[in-house]
Amino acid sequence: MSKTPVTSSRAPVPRIVWPIIALALVLGFNLLFTHGFCQIEVRDGRLYGSLIDIIDRAGPVMLVSIGMTLVIATAGIDLSVGAVMAIAGAVAAGLVAQPDYSVLSNFDVGGSFVIAAVAALLISAIAGAGNGTLVAICGVQPIVATLILMVAGRGVAQLLTSGQIITFENESFAYLGNGFLLALPVTVSIVLVVFIIVSLLTRKTALGLFVEAVGGNPVASRHAGLRSGAVKIAVYTVCGLLAGLAGLIAAADIKAADANNAGLYIELDAILAVVIGGTALTGGRFSLAGSIIGALLIQALTTTILSRGVPVEYTLVVKGAVVIAVCLLQAERFRSMFLHVVRRRT
Amino acid sequence: MADQLTGQPVAHPPPTPLLEMRSVTKTFPGVAALDRVDFTLRAGEIHALMGENGAGKSTLIKVLTGIHARDGGDILLAGKPVEPHSTIQAQKLGISTVYQEINLIPELSVAENVFLGRQPMKLGAIRWRSIRRGAEAALARLDLSIDVTRPLISYSMAIQQMVAIARALDVSARILILDEPTSSLDENEVTQLFRVMRRLKDGGLGIVFITHFIDQVYDVADRITVLRNGRLVGAYETAELPRIELIAKMIGRSVSDESAAEAHRETEADSTAKQPFVQVRGLGRRGAIAPFDLDIFPGEVVGMAGLLGSGRTEAARLIFGLDRADAGTMRIGGEPAKRTSVRRAIARGFGFLPEDRGRQGLVPDLSLRENIILALQAKRGWLRTLSRARQTEIAERFIKTLNIDTTDTDKPIRLLSGGNQQKAILARWLATEPALLILDEPTRGIDVGAKAEIQRLIARLRRDGMAILFISSELEEVVQSSGRVMVLRDRVKVAELCGEDVNEGRIMHTIAEAHVA
Amino acid sequence: MIARLMRQYGTLAATAVVCALLYVIAGVRYEYFFSWRVFFAFFSDNAFLGIAAVGMTFVILSGGIDLSVGAMIGCASIIIATLVEVAGWHPAMAVLCVLVLGTLFGASMGGLIHRFALPPFIVTLAGMFLARGVGFVVHQESISIEHQFYPAILDLPAGLARAAHLSDDAAQLVGLFVQPTAVVFLLVLAVGIYLAHMTRFGRNTYAVGGSEDSALLMGLPVGRTKVQVYALSGFCSALAGAVYTLYTFSGNPTAGTMLELDAIAAVVIGGTLLTGGVGYVAGTLLGVLIFGIIQTAINFDGSLSSWWTRIAIGFLLLIFILLQRLLQRTLGNAST
Repeated sequence: MSKTPVTSSRAPVPRIVWPIIALALVLGFNLLFTHGFCQIEVRDGRLYGSLIDIIDRAGPVMLVSIGMTLVIATAGIDLSVGAVMAIAGAVAAGLVAQPDYSVLSNFDVGGSFVIAAVAALLISAIAGAGNGTLVAICGVQPIVATLILMVAGRGVAQLLTSGQIITFENESFAYLGNGFLLALPVTVSIVLVVFIIVSLLTRKTALGLFVEAVGGNPVASRHAGLRSGAVKIAVYTVCGLLAGLAGLIAAADIKAADANNAGLYIELDAILAVVIGGTALTGGRFSLAGSIIGALLIQALTTTILSRGVPVEYTLVVKGAVVIAVCLLQAERFRSMFLHVVRRRT
Repeated sequence: MADQLTGQPVAHPPPTPLLEMRSVTKTFPGVAALDRVDFTLRAGEIHALMGENGAGKSTLIKVLTGIHARDGGDILLAGKPVEPHSTIQAQKLGISTVYQEINLIPELSVAENVFLGRQPMKLGAIRWRSIRRGAEAALARLDLSIDVTRPLISYSMAIQQMVAIARALDVSARILILDEPTSSLDENEVTQLFRVMRRLKDGGLGIVFITHFIDQVYDVADRITVLRNGRLVGAYETAELPRIELIAKMIGRSVSDESAAEAHRETEADSTAKQPFVQVRGLGRRGAIAPFDLDIFPGEVVGMAGLLGSGRTEAARLIFGLDRADAGTMRIGGEPAKRTSVRRAIARGFGFLPEDRGRQGLVPDLSLRENIILALQAKRGWLRTLSRARQTEIAERFIKTLNIDTTDTDKPIRLLSGGNQQKAILARWLATEPALLILDEPTRGIDVGAKAEIQRLIARLRRDGMAILFISSELEEVVQSSGRVMVLRDRVKVAELCGEDVNEGRIMHTIAEAHVA
Repeated sequence: MIARLMRQYGTLAATAVVCALLYVIAGVRYEYFFSWRVFFAFFSDNAFLGIAAVGMTFVILSGGIDLSVGAMIGCASIIIATLVEVAGWHPAMAVLCVLVLGTLFGASMGGLIHRFALPPFIVTLAGMFLARGVGFVVHQESISIEHQFYPAILDLPAGLARAAHLSDDAAQLVGLFVQPTAVVFLLVLAVGIYLAHMTRFGRNTYAVGGSEDSALLMGLPVGRTKVQVYALSGFCSALAGAVYTLYTFSGNPTAGTMLELDAIAAVVIGGTLLTGGVGYVAGTLLGVLIFGIIQTAINFDGSLSSWWTRIAIGFLLLIFILLQRLLQRTLGNAST
């Protein structure tokens, strides 16, 4: 028996509205209660201020959540992004700084940041492709497949840094974290460029359609002649690549590769950002802009909590509650139960 | 139509039947799945429940076993009204079901599967030894002696079925419902199952037997109840109901009006002179469809007729490359086509409108436009992206030609009605300009108007030179649209009818004929 | 032969072989590795991992996953430490209180998962955030536990030995080898094996993991089983937190960071199928032992970074997951 479609006469509210409202609420709260929150200063042709700071700090999470959005849109998940960040940071820092204790000192790149960055990104992309292969070709569930790299990846990063924090003094590398480009922090520019490229690739070419079709109904996609395996490998590769880029920025930020803490728990923040942004964990329709706003919301919350003198760890409780709330709102059963109650009342 | 509601008088009615369902009604949003259906089961009989897709067989069973709550009517068990609200309650009342897909836990042992959920306990621990003995005894009653400690999955489907029956009988033993139990069994296994069924019947059990294998019904069933479109057609003694009558009742035609539709048929262009677009030789897959031959010419509609489960869809899936054939060859446009896959098939100009629109066709959250261009875009690859304007143009063209009722092209397709969804999937394939279009039940679950439109469209596409393989349960449709008809029965191609022979009566007779040994 | 063994015991046989091989290789390579002391240390050093892994085994057997166990250990440990040191409770009461909280916490996660058909990993992820956050809210930094009850517990085995009229030397040996943490681990393991194989709850867990739809149609209490499974896992990780305080004489809100990954790895390497329905609690012991052997061997070596443990575990995880896929495919083929 075929299911009758749920017909609704009301035009659906675009899902991106909710995170925007939430973000506006948090920012509005700060506007009222945090002194000088919305001040943006111009110094030496550069912008400074709390708002800019939030965007700057959210950089790595935004990058990772762009990749995570694509993966989740195919009904997958990537738990290994934090570990990939650590690896990328370790590779780049190790190649640039050439410390004696690191195995990376065997590869002399002449202090070139470009070569080091390309190597780091390449390794990240390969790691992502490995995840994709396990999912698409070996048929391993995404959580499980990426769990392997999540467990082992940080170990690999530690191995590359020999358990030490590799510090470096490389102008161009540090520029990635602290520099400014066109009045904005470089991180913000990078996120912007990546966002534009990925948006163009997914919205101006058929890639976005393929991703949404594979996530929305894998069986129908196969019937329509889509290569779902290739699509999946591609999104995991992109996700790895962007995690690598985020790893470079995180390392540049502190001028060091800290294999222990780089990107720790970022997979959770990224998943949260994607879910807040309106992309369902079950796959299908995705919203890159929504994820960006989700990431900004998380960072704005964290900054707010910090600025009110509350310890940063408290954000964890808030995040936990937000995850549950958002998931419940997305859950079919919860909504129907909720509607049922509302209808009974009226 | 007189027998539509009453059924035929029963020769020797027993005082109280084991089970009586009176005027049971069940409505799903928008569909009346069961409309005042009566059903009676006696102790010590095997009662076949027959009907095509959407007849209401499974809904009736689900109401009986407490999975669905009924909207109206009574259920009487040995004369007493009962209200099963869950499978567990139904089991406690003595009603057990064995499903086709064997609802047991494959990784656990045979013995455990028999006793799961009601293990004998002693001092807070499961008594594994008595479980093993109990399972052995339960299976012995079915003439089965196997190592019950091995996991269920290590045994054949037939034995798994027996284990499921053993569990059902061990839980409670008054009514046993067998839902398509034979579809994955071979001939010997079916014989074995029937022997057990007869034995249980002699022991006073009432057995409801759901199947679409006509031969098997005549082999084992005492009575037959036929449902159609959620209504009772009638209940009959098997011995008094000729096969041809049964088939006619199931598909809702009468045997005599065979010529009625004939007049509407368009005369087919003589296609034998040309080269076939697709030439199938000995294509088959074990357990799905026996090797068959088929030629499809450009500009002709070949119909596929047969009851549910006769192998129609399976044959179409092989041709489209969705399943791998284990025998046979295919030539396309005269060229041998090796190693079929969906992508190759589409590249060669095939299109396939699947039977299960919701699961295999629609991407529900995507828009109408995206659903329409999906196959064309997949065929082109992501680098040759159709521009948004071009997409909208294609979508709008098909919305117009197929008369899809929608306000705009960007509406999520799940919000459209079934008929419009079906037209959209049809548009998806027409957009790829296919040379061969396989239509699997294209008119199922859509309203009469949309049905007629799709039929007219098929005729037009044929005139334009497209080759069409048309699968439908509605014989009338098949006869109206097709120049030639391939008739399937029990997963074997039994005949190919053409010209004069393409009429409902002839097809029904062909389906009803006993196996040629 | 191999195929039949695999069919019967999953990848458990392979796990046993790997475990034995690792032990022998390490024993041959490193002096004193074969000593009893090292052997007993496998159990006491990995007690809290092992206890959490037993709970995780049930969750994975039921077809779910629990990412909150590591955070729960940290949360439980700091609550115990705070109750004892700040609020002045008796440790036994504090532990009891935490066990109840952990069980309720797990049960509510299970309830959400079942009631609203939410994916287990996202619910337990939220649980992880919550537990970790609550831990920090309770106390920001690690608190050491000075209560005399703790050393008393550690002296218990030797004391019992003395009470059983063993010589002083023997009692000392008992005190050295029989660590209460290891005893708790083995007890939990024994109870876990009993629950899994001798009770309806355990068998229902296998059934739900094997096929939830079938379990429903067979009339099994699917919802109740799921809630119970997560409650059990919550209980186990709270207990693991208590054992952590006994092991370190302190509570720490950061305790058990990433431990959920080690627990999952131990369960999978122990032969439990990540898709649920197949596995043995005893296998998890092997998984934990493999973890312990690798860690100890790397410590013995001295030249290897401790991070090799993670890499080795990740590698083993990859191998076992691929083995499981292979096994599932061959099983799938066998049935058709």
